[in-house]
Amino acid sequence: MAATFHGVGATVAALSSSSSSSSPSNSFGSKKLLSSPSRSFSVRKRASFTMVRSEGSMNFDLNSKGRRAQQLIANAVATKADSSPASSSSKPGHELLLFEALREGLEEEMERDPRVCVMGEDVGHYGGSYKVTKGLATKFGDLRVLDTPIAENSFTGMGIGAAMTGLRPVVEGMNMGFLLLAFNQISNNCGMLHYTSGGQFTIPIVIRGPGGVGRQLGAEHSQRLESYFQSIPGIQMVACSTPYNAKGLMKAAIRSENPVILFEHVLLYNLKERIPDEDYICNLEEAEMVRPGEHVTILTYSRMRYHVMQAAKTLVNKGYDPEVIDIRSLKPFDLYTIGNSVKKTHRVLIVEECMRTGGIGASLIAAITENFNDYLDAPIMCLSSQDVPTPYAGTLEEWTVVQPAQIVAAVEQLCQ
Amino acid sequence: MALSRLASSSSRSADLLKPLCSAISLRRPISTDTTPITVETSVPFTSHQCDTPSRSVQTNAKELFTFFRDMALMRRMEIAADSLYKAKLIRGFCHLYDGQEAVAVGMEAAITKKDCIITAYRDHCTFVSRGGTLLEVFAELMGRQAGCSRGKGGSMHFYKKDSNFYGGHGIVGAQVPLGCGLAFAQKYSKDEAVTFALYGDGAANQGQLFEALNISALWDLPAILVCENNHYGMGTAEWRAAKSPAYYKRGDYAPGLKVDGMDAFAVKQACTFAKEHALKNGPIILEMDTYRYHGHSMSDPGSTYRTRDEITGVRQERDPVERIRKLILSHDLATEKELKDIEKEIRKEVDDAIAQAKENPLPESSELFTNVYAKGLGVESFGADRKEVRAILP
Repeated sequence: MAATFHGVGATVAALSSSSSSSSPSNSFGSKKLLSSPSRSFSVRKRASFTMVRSEGSMNFDLNSKGRRAQQLIANAVATKADSSPASSSSKPGHELLLFEALREGLEEEMERDPRVCVMGEDVGHYGGSYKVTKGLATKFGDLRVLDTPIAENSFTGMGIGAAMTGLRPVVEGMNMGFLLLAFNQISNNCGMLHYTSGGQFTIPIVIRGPGGVGRQLGAEHSQRLESYFQSIPGIQMVACSTPYNAKGLMKAAIRSENPVILFEHVLLYNLKERIPDEDYICNLEEAEMVRPGEHVTILTYSRMRYHVMQAAKTLVNKGYDPEVIDIRSLKPFDLYTIGNSVKKTHRVLIVEECMRTGGIGASLIAAITENFNDYLDAPIMCLSSQDVPTPYAGTLEEWTVVQPAQIVAAVEQLCQ
Repeated sequence: MALSRLASSSSRSADLLKPLCSAISLRRPISTDTTPITVETSVPFTSHQCDTPSRSVQTNAKELFTFFRDMALMRRMEIAADSLYKAKLIRGFCHLYDGQEAVAVGMEAAITKKDCIITAYRDHCTFVSRGGTLLEVFAELMGRQAGCSRGKGGSMHFYKKDSNFYGGHGIVGAQVPLGCGLAFAQKYSKDEAVTFALYGDGAANQGQLFEALNISALWDLPAILVCENNHYGMGTAEWRAAKSPAYYKRGDYAPGLKVDGMDAFAVKQACTFAKEHALKNGPIILEMDTYRYHGHSMSDPGSTYRTRDEITGVRQERDPVERIRKLILSHDLATEKELKDIEKEIRKEVDDAIAQAKENPLPESSELFTNVYAKGLGVESFGADRKEVRAILP
């Protein structure tokens, strides 16, 4: 089963480079390159990588291209790389863990553009608390991989100031929760300066870090900042979930002229996947079709993607055919992909890790209802975390987050 | 046992002690002797914009034994927590305090329970010195109901309101403005008490600290900012994070004192001095020169940014528990064996507490929704599948 990447036509022009479409060979046991040059409206060959776009409107045709029979096979779970039947060392690409993919993306961009620098706590000599920046300080020196004191408000502000002159800093929050200390800088300066200066300054900064509910890290270290940042005008937010899109999104974020906040997840750093050797990026505004289906659209991102896929396995056994979309782009939403899916399935379930009140799910419900209300056969269902601080005790923490069983129950209820 | 007194080492009269000796006879030497002993701190104090307190500290045998017992208990507790973490009974973050016990113990000796203490996430021992029990510590670390925060806080969120211990904070530096707020409340209510706001050398570079200090100085608040300088902010050495690692001077207009944080008596003396000062003149900064043997947390080996030689060197020369042990032995207050017996007792106490904590149940699922608000607002919380766990926040 291959994953489709939908081309989002309108936004191609806006970006300096578009995404390539090459399905990761981890989850689905086979690697198919979606290429139909005759149908795509823009195929560009760059020196270092090939891009193939599939035009959005061809979506349905591509879906019906003989894969439907395979869709109902219960191979829906995002398993590790060893699930592919034809596994051998002759497979193209290389295998790595998610944090290594992030590091690769970062390293490649730092080599490509001397204006890219990294700043954060313990990113340099220590190698990063999650090893994303390991080895970079030795390679690029202390001026490009900067160990900051514990002063988030100031070094985020300094990163933004440097970006105003044209540097491209990558600011790491050791945990996303610490960036709350820098909220003023992110909201007022990072998000708004391009506007308030009438377009004179661009802020090509990337703010990244791990967030989300981990394994009993306590309330302050289990925060989901995407829900707090989503209102800030002027920023883009993306969430990575696989090594493939982690590297792609990191690179795209660094190349973007807009400020981008890249949300990683504490528990996803050790995911293993085989990614292509060649240079590629992922479109920042695009959602990822994880599993095409017919009965219900499940929208998710980051770690919840894996809970959803686990539930999908059960659902498929029960005869349902869920379409799973990893929305990836949290701001702006890829309403094109989402809309096409809603038009097909007429039922939407959102599974997120944010809290019920004011989370990404809440905004997504509003957006879908506004735009696609006529296509819905049932009210949108949203499964989110509880509106409580994340407790330390393991059992309570489990109750806070959405579990696969609840997703299955929700789909069953939705599809009645 | 025969306690021989060396007249030159103290000013007590041997006659007073003889009846006590015979009474104690073969028991362990928990001495209730309160005749003063004078000890010298290891190094003199250095100060910034204030006088230095005297190097000679008044103590007595009772206090020596209390110090020894408390610090040995803390040491044992932290090492036990290390094993529990490796056995995956404690999860998440666990920041251990072994090596820094003298700060907690010395500070407690200088103050009363009316004075407030607030610290960061390396709070297990400070909690114990404020009166927390071992069961509360281990139960909280394992996420059980008997924990001090009912299992909902974890390692970084220990609190004890009745003894004015205000935690237990995960975000670096955020506790200092809180601490200055405590001091403000004390001044407002005319408590005649002070607040000790502890932070680390890493947190010393947080802006909010200086903001809070400025306000405290303007308003003459009885706030004592204590920098527990263990020389490493996670993996970054102090000289790489701070342009001026003389943290006691960083207060600029606020006076500061540099203290050997591995010497419980120096800490005690400094805290007594600071309390007097803060009640009259407003904020003061204490820099405790201390050291942590473990890494920053359990996920940090602690050896990538410092050498093992450095760690063993400090352990050999400056270990706080050893210092007290040597003091006790040199004043002939107990024998080696008696001290070892105390340590064995402590070990048993810790093991018992751990066993008890292991038996303790995990929190009920309804606990998820308690204590979100102080008084019920009738806010409903929907379970993920809309069928179960639909609760009204109490």
